Amino acid sequence: MKIAVLSGKGGTGKTLASVNLAAAAGRSTYIDCDVEEPNGHLFFKPGDIKYERITIKIPFVDDRLCNGCRKCVDFCVFNALAYVNGRLKVFDDICHSCGGCVLFCPEKALSEKEKDVGQIQKGVSENVTVITGILNTGEASGIPIIKKLLNDADKALEPVFIDCPPGSACIAMESIKDADYCILIAEPTLFGVHNLNMVYELVRLFDKPHGVVLNKCLEGENPAEKFCMEKGIKIIGRIPFDSELGILNSNALIAARKDKKYRDMFSSLLQIVTKEAQNETVINP
Amino acid sequence: MKQLLILSGKGGTGKTTIASAFIKLSNAKAYADCDVDAPNLHLIMDQPFKPVKTDYYGLPKAEINTGLCTKCDQCRQNCRFDAIKAGTHYTVDYYACEGCGVCEAICPAKAVSLKPAIAGKLMLYTGDSVFSTATLKMGSGTSGMLVAEVKKQMKRAASDTELAIIDGSPGIGCPVIASLSGADMVLIVAEPSVSGISDMKRIVETAEKFQMKMAVCVNKFDTNIENTKEIELFCEKYKLPFTGRIPFDPEAIKAINNALSIIDIDCAAGKAVKEVFNKTIKILST
Repeated sequence: MKIAVLSGKGGTGKTLASVNLAAAAGRSTYIDCDVEEPNGHLFFKPGDIKYERITIKIPFVDDRLCNGCRKCVDFCVFNALAYVNGRLKVFDDICHSCGGCVLFCPEKALSEKEKDVGQIQKGVSENVTVITGILNTGEASGIPIIKKLLNDADKALEPVFIDCPPGSACIAMESIKDADYCILIAEPTLFGVHNLNMVYELVRLFDKPHGVVLNKCLEGENPAEKFCMEKGIKIIGRIPFDSELGILNSNALIAARKDKKYRDMFSSLLQIVTKEAQNETVINP
Repeated sequence: MKQLLILSGKGGTGKTTIASAFIKLSNAKAYADCDVDAPNLHLIMDQPFKPVKTDYYGLPKAEINTGLCTKCDQCRQNCRFDAIKAGTHYTVDYYACEGCGVCEAICPAKAVSLKPAIAGKLMLYTGDSVFSTATLKMGSGTSGMLVAEVKKQMKRAASDTELAIIDGSPGIGCPVIASLSGADMVLIVAEPSVSGISDMKRIVETAEKFQMKMAVCVNKFDTNIENTKEIELFCEKYKLPFTGRIPFDPEAIKAINNALSIIDIDCAAGKAVKEVFNKTIKILST
């Protein structure tokens, strides 16, 4: 079973929920797909870390073979190539690695080299396998790293918890593609609701079974709860606004490992999620 | 035009809350929301007029004419984005396709063509001031290109304005990098948590690669004083100007939920943000 944890807005508690669910599950896998700002490893502090370089292919030119025909320049829709002062220039940072320029160069002047864009770290924290994708600063796209992470997810020990990046763009979409169930984390603010709506549309677009966890719940009216009621979205859990939990979390401590009451809270949430996900597989095998 | 960009690395630290306060405090005549993945600034910047909406076309998407397709498989083999699916008919995964054009160029039967695709919507509000914003279509890529369009649209409509406030997006990737281009200074809104500190360091490193002028402030500073102090020490060590602390304030949440900025009401966070504003603007103008 693969469970993706997402939210349109940042800072609503994706990492809090996914880290604690994995810790409550015991033998499980936690995968951090928020490769631009990965934080789960700060909580798990995994040991025995193995590193894997993630590279993309970018073109490089053999100046002796290039005759300046500019076919590659014309082909590249990303404008990653330019022919200036009698030389072909490649702009590594905007290349999308489509391979077109290499494929269509009539002089075979272009070939490909590997370029580092980030890394994957795999380690262990108690009985949780912690897999973290990290994008190098200055790099534009984390997609190649997320693709590799999700490949690893297929071989990982289940249940697998996928901590997604914020937003509802390609990078978030990529992270939920293979999930069996999506947990949407919402905070009780106007912003929270607006962005919850965006991820709600995303999970519906991909026809993913889903439920909402309301985080930072205070007394009184909760705009996120109201939204769920109106749309008929299932609320599967509530995490109270709690300064004790807040302090543990801001110090990157795993609440479910530190305190029985939080362990119980996340264990019961896990049970609900498991049940929901299994129901869905029965209905939509 | 001087552009002040508000970033944070981590999401939910208070970029939009602070951006909206800055817009009102400076009476900025131009501002923009570059968080096209999850825009929120429009929710608290009430606009008297309806916006001008324009479709945003990202890169085109491939389409296969099954009548012409001979199933030679060349397109699938050469697609680096795994966007072509074999089957009874060859089809294109709309969301995976990046519009590079390799399939179109390689198809011997001319069965593949690239079709324009709407990837989002740009909105421009003009009245007393110019407000540029956009939403990216669900699951689309090319958010960096849309961010560039948001800024272009703002600059076109308010070319002779002195100051523009720009609300950025979380992370360090393509939309953030696109928003950095043309900015004169970045204000980083940090959060005093271990995660917040780690994310702040990564956004500082990113902005440094683009030789940006930077300042840092801490929001919700009293939720973890030790971590706030660590952020201040970090700033001191790397000679980053520190422009102040803003407290956690339940009144601020109420203001936002009533579509108000934190300076519209009398609250502790509103008072603190004024100081942050004054210090930040001073640095921007030097």
